Amino acid sequence: MGKNRTPYLLLLPGFGFLFTFFILPIINLAQTSTQTKIAGGDTGQYEQTLHFRNYIDAFVENKDQFGRSFLFATISTLLALAIAYPLAYAIAFKSGKYKNLLLVLVVAPFFTSFLLRTIAWKQILGEEGFVVPTLRSLGIISQSTTLTSTSFAVVMGMTYNFLPFMTLPLFASIDRIDPRTLEASGDLYANGYTTFRKVTLPLSMPGVVAGTLLTFIPAAGDYVNASILGDPTTKMIGNVIESRFFKIVDYPTAAALSFTLMAAILILVTLYIRKAGTEELV
Amino acid sequence: MAKASIDARGDLRLTRLTKTYGDFTAVDDLSLTIQKGSFFALLGPSGCGKTTTLRMIAGLEEPTAGSIHLGETDITTTKPYQRPINTVFQNYALFPHLTIFENIAFGLRRRGQKDVKEAVEKVLNLVELPHLAQRKPTQLSGGQQQRIALARAIVNRPALLLLDEPLGALDLKLRRQMQIELKWIQKEVGLTFVHVTHDQEEAMTMADTIAVMNEGQIEQMGSPADLYDNPETAYVANFLGQSNLIKGTISGNDGDSLVVDLYGQKISLPKSRSHAVDNSTYAGIRPEKFRISLLETPVRGNVLSGGRIEDVSYIGVSTQYQVEMPWGQELMVFEQNDDGVAPFNKGDAVNISWEPTFTFALRGDEDVTAGSEVQPEDLDEE
Amino acid sequence: MSQKIKDATIPTIPLGARIQRWIGRNLIRIYAIFAFTYLFIPVAYTFVFSFNDAGKSNLIWQAFTFKNWQNPCGAPEVCNALGNSIKIGFLATFFATILGTMIAFAIGRHNFKGRSASNLLIFLPMATPEIVLGASLLSLFLVFKINPGFWPTVIAHIVFCISFVVVTVKARIASLDPRLEQAAMDLYANEFETFRRVTLPLVAPGIAGAALLAFSLSFDDFIITNFNSGTLTTFPKFIYVSAARGIPAQANVIGSAMFFLALALVIVGQLVNRRKVR
Repeated sequence: MGKNRTPYLLLLPGFGFLFTFFILPIINLAQTSTQTKIAGGDTGQYEQTLHFRNYIDAFVENKDQFGRSFLFATISTLLALAIAYPLAYAIAFKSGKYKNLLLVLVVAPFFTSFLLRTIAWKQILGEEGFVVPTLRSLGIISQSTTLTSTSFAVVMGMTYNFLPFMTLPLFASIDRIDPRTLEASGDLYANGYTTFRKVTLPLSMPGVVAGTLLTFIPAAGDYVNASILGDPTTKMIGNVIESRFFKIVDYPTAAALSFTLMAAILILVTLYIRKAGTEELV
Repeated sequence: MAKASIDARGDLRLTRLTKTYGDFTAVDDLSLTIQKGSFFALLGPSGCGKTTTLRMIAGLEEPTAGSIHLGETDITTTKPYQRPINTVFQNYALFPHLTIFENIAFGLRRRGQKDVKEAVEKVLNLVELPHLAQRKPTQLSGGQQQRIALARAIVNRPALLLLDEPLGALDLKLRRQMQIELKWIQKEVGLTFVHVTHDQEEAMTMADTIAVMNEGQIEQMGSPADLYDNPETAYVANFLGQSNLIKGTISGNDGDSLVVDLYGQKISLPKSRSHAVDNSTYAGIRPEKFRISLLETPVRGNVLSGGRIEDVSYIGVSTQYQVEMPWGQELMVFEQNDDGVAPFNKGDAVNISWEPTFTFALRGDEDVTAGSEVQPEDLDEE
Repeated sequence: MSQKIKDATIPTIPLGARIQRWIGRNLIRIYAIFAFTYLFIPVAYTFVFSFNDAGKSNLIWQAFTFKNWQNPCGAPEVCNALGNSIKIGFLATFFATILGTMIAFAIGRHNFKGRSASNLLIFLPMATPEIVLGASLLSLFLVFKINPGFWPTVIAHIVFCISFVVVTVKARIASLDPRLEQAAMDLYANEFETFRRVTLPLVAPGIAGAALLAFSLSFDDFIITNFNSGTLTTFPKFIYVSAARGIPAQANVIGSAMFFLALALVIVGQLVNRRKVR
């Protein structure tokens, strides 16, 4: 009897907390999303009218930002994968006794505030930095081309910021592969490329799935990179939600946008996990 | 300090012990008594219920039905830490964060025993590893870990010591050596040992009594010699060593012997070794009991004629023959190489003979392959 | 001398082919070096500019100075913000580690009805974008007329840290051999003693790792903090706000110091661990 109660007692405080400060706010947010302005009321005063048109209005008005969010998130996830996979592979198989040290170095940039690093990029790529003048004098970019305040800078910043989230799960997966299976593949007439495609990649799939999710989800909701490295034409949905909340005090639209974003991400994630065929995430 | 609240000694008695997991019955109405001071082996392939039985004795599983008594005390539902029973786990389960000394002292300290240091040192001497006291388990070899696991259990002087496949992780040579040592230590400390294994040779080397388990029940129980010479079922006949089982009909009754007709050839066997229930039977003979002779050589005892050597394998101490009989069955024959070169060749026409007392008879409706296709190498049993 | 013998006995491979082979063998290492360079450029930049004698705006290199390092609190507000971040980080880590560890033990050690639902509840906060977490929590606080500030920020940080703690500790529990706990019970340790002497010491490294992760997530969080902190300034918020008019070099000092401190901690931890194993 007491035995069966133990897990519930252990869960109670934590789940009570999560229910109050995670589930309840989400429900409240859903509730806010269908409110409308009180006629003649002050700024920020709303009443529940089950106005589902908020969703359509919010989406239509901000479909560019939505599109940009998912496009930027997808590109930076793919870029991060392209950079992190060989990196994780090198650390797992080619680093010998320096394996632990290199792993620490992947995480180390984390400890310098990510905002400081993002601003560092802005200054490195900015007019006063050394990159732009160098590229201009070499004739690689034209005199009028800038690097900051562009989509390129935003995507690069996002790729940079989420790179460790991609590298760590990839490393965990690749490190678990028995190198003898790779030798066996070679022994069985597979060349390097075939070995990668038929053995290494399938065995590291859980890491690929976890890494892409851990990168894509925060990237899709991010607005810091866009506001530091971008300009008004690179605004993402996060920027819109933030300004609806703080500058315009339009809670219903902000809530509807948040909900649409979360739903879109959850649907994409579910489809993706189904497709990748792995349920055991992190 | 939690102390063992039970200080029972005496025989271990399992009564109608049953354990089911959903639809699956792991242990099925099992009753047996293990005498105090004996070395008892539970033998069977993976999935036969031997480990579940052991875990119920240790208190790590609760029986679905039945009872467990130690001496006169009912311990069926007591907690593992209340039982004067210790276990040597498969893969040893040494605590990786504690030194060897603290591993061995663990049980003593929990019971608040005095003179921990002395007791630990004594048992370390017994297993001949006193110099390893301050090491961590990961720094020890497999054989050393095995001995520490044993020391950690016997230092508590339990009424009963359980050994769950204790030698499974060791290589063959070390296993042989440890078998002898375990037997010696058991004699030395005088504890009751219950040993679970899938390795019939290991069970026969060490145990006084073996219970062969199959599908949650005891198939047969007895001394190693009993089980080998007089198996009651095809399962036991095949699981312990190898057997030739030949289909036949009991055609006569001659005092202490039975006459059995094997495809038209008559043989005899002692009545005491017949487990047949009607006239239909399988006659069983161990391969090393057979003698091969050329047609013209006179022979005594039971004879089956019309054989032809199909295959010869020379393996040092013996030569193994496959002999095809007129009814199509191939019989296995092991001949000791105590008289020089192998005298028979492939294709030779031969007779096969043996002492009638070496014959046993099983029920005619048995599955002759029972127990022979199980893989003793399947170690991991859940 | 040995050089001579080599030249004499080993047939030489053309230089071009040798270079090609060397690149083929080391391609992935070269790639990794580039990736690390990418990771460390802004860190190095931040470090270098912590020595800039910049005055208000730390945008252009002026002159080398130790001034900023000697007086890291020199810029207004920066140490106040840092102090807030550390306090919030410790509180959030403390509660998230306790709550998360309990959940991890429930899920990792027990089979009960609703276990997969529990796993889902743990996964959801990780699958929710930070901005949604922050915004939803703020609207709840507004409904209950709770002003954003210190404690709402702590609560918000606990919410997103719990899941990471659960996942980290659960992984450690899963790698634990259940036979060790059974062995303890077999050796006369009751449930409590077994937990104290075997389970907890073996899971402890996982809990420590989880706490470290929670602290660094909390310390570096901007989005959720921005929604729930009101007028309270944290270190990331300070940087974001002052970015427009140029970040004082003291922020670079603190960022760099955190980097070296954490690096030193991790390396010392690994060395201690290695010695322990030995």
